[in-house]
Amino acid sequence: MHTFDITLEGLSKMEGHAGLHVRVKDNKVEDVKLMIVENRRFFEQAVQGVDINSAPSIMSRICGTCSIAHEMCNIKSIEHALNITPSDQTLTLRNLAMYGLMIRDHALHLGFFSLPDVLGKDSILDFDEKNEKEHKLLHDIFDIKQAGNDLSTLVVGRAVHGLHLSVGGFSAFPNKEKIKEVIVKLKAVREKTLNLVEIFRSWKEKFETKTEFASLINDDFSFLNGSIIHAKNEEITEKNYLKHLHEVVIPYSTSKGYDFEGQVFMVGALSRINQNRKNLHKETRKDVKLDLFPSYNIFHNNLAQAIEIPHSIDSAIELLESSSFKQENPVKPEKNTGEGVGIVEAPRGLLYHYYKIKDGKVMKSKVVVPSSQNQIKMDKDIVLLVESMLPKKSKKEIEWEIEKLIRAYDPCMSCAAHFLKVKWI
Amino acid sequence: MKKAKVGWFSFTCCEDSTIVFTELMNTHYDEWKKIIDIQAARILRKKENLKDLDISFVEGAIASERDAEKLREIRKNSKILVAVGACACEGMPSSQRNKFNESQRREIQAEVKRFNLLKETLPIKKFVKVDEYIEDCPMSEQDFLKTLDKCVKRVI
Repeated sequence: MHTFDITLEGLSKMEGHAGLHVRVKDNKVEDVKLMIVENRRFFEQAVQGVDINSAPSIMSRICGTCSIAHEMCNIKSIEHALNITPSDQTLTLRNLAMYGLMIRDHALHLGFFSLPDVLGKDSILDFDEKNEKEHKLLHDIFDIKQAGNDLSTLVVGRAVHGLHLSVGGFSAFPNKEKIKEVIVKLKAVREKTLNLVEIFRSWKEKFETKTEFASLINDDFSFLNGSIIHAKNEEITEKNYLKHLHEVVIPYSTSKGYDFEGQVFMVGALSRINQNRKNLHKETRKDVKLDLFPSYNIFHNNLAQAIEIPHSIDSAIELLESSSFKQENPVKPEKNTGEGVGIVEAPRGLLYHYYKIKDGKVMKSKVVVPSSQNQIKMDKDIVLLVESMLPKKSKKEIEWEIEKLIRAYDPCMSCAAHFLKVKWI
Repeated sequence: MKKAKVGWFSFTCCEDSTIVFTELMNTHYDEWKKIIDIQAARILRKKENLKDLDISFVEGAIASERDAEKLREIRKNSKILVAVGACACEGMPSSQRNKFNESQRREIQAEVKRFNLLKETLPIKKFVKVDEYIEDCPMSEQDFLKTLDKCVKRVI
């Protein structure tokens, strides 16, 4: 009979800091605690009293890797609160910014965090450069990531904490020469992204649990707009999304998360591909096999992310080739008081921002990040995974498998740690 | 050829400089692998060697005694310690709670206590000697490359 404790102080190869404690007694999992050990930074308080035009750059600092998604979501909520309708050019540029983010962030997760699991190595640094396959993979990842970085730099000025995004529009615009250069770079990595899709498609790792999904649905698989569809085919507006979520304390964990009307659910690339894959870019659909979807296999979250990379590349190339960008001033607000919600698809799933604004200043806010929405499912899956490995597997093997599962979820602890439950009066 | 033993550590922050570091690898990996050996970097690997590091890059501010202890251990084991990004260099924006008004302080009081946070979130120089600073949020790529070059020349 197995009786042991697993304590992992610093989980590796993920965004931010998390620890894990598992207690097994007589082959039964008694306790699982996935602990966010990231220290709180209290952004919902810090943004109080801040001018709406300064808010995006403050909320961007919730998370380095997801920064463009937080800026975008903040801006969208403020625009909804103050009846600002951005121009078509602004929406095109925002879509491009989201494509750049997805390419870079997914390539980081897949290449640096998950690919070592596929190859049974600790780190991308351990890839053998004398082995042709590993050498190619390593440099493909760098090239794909760089192409996403270049697209973000073209549109928002840099890959982290974008400089050109603002309430009502943009403060700078891509020039023609740079656009041409970026198109060449995106085209140059497209084939490499298809190879990456094939690697994660062939990876036989499997962990299936039945769950509900939630993601934005739209006709061009944009990460920016759309209704939220829940697995019951329920169409929910941005404004009402939070009414369906309930904050819960998980009985066997100290972690808190959200359920969807009492059901365990999941957001992220797997949800998006499961629910909206028919709307992927037509060029992507020609070259990518989607036969494994819909899927409940959590390791297919990696495959879904991999598929979103060529989709982002194809969509970005089409937009860049068909658009010309002119200087335009941001749209001014119609009023300076109101409240609004914005939702975008961040790399890890639905990101929710709410702001109440008075006289052009933020009075209160609420942010719900994807990793908090996935928390309950992740915790429950760890229990099931550990129980499925008892009593055959060793403690060391179990540790490795848990980390692999958590990495497939791609949680972002920097995002999750911004969070503080505030009692509003 | 001897390589500089490098560690990359992250405390309270958004890890934006970590992301910039991983982005710089896209174009500098071949050059770096000849001169540095990354012994500790949680974003890149599970195995972590904290002993006898030549250069430690430290990102983020210090918000708890536990983190302060870890920082002191890193300092003890590093020939050169570099503060990376605005939070490590100056504390902000992670130290934004230090300037909260009474009502904001009341809102966060329970969390500060629950997570055993220090009274204030502080830059790393308040706890250990810092040899080099790379400012900005995220760190400036050019400053990082210059500092890396300078530090590597000093230790190998």
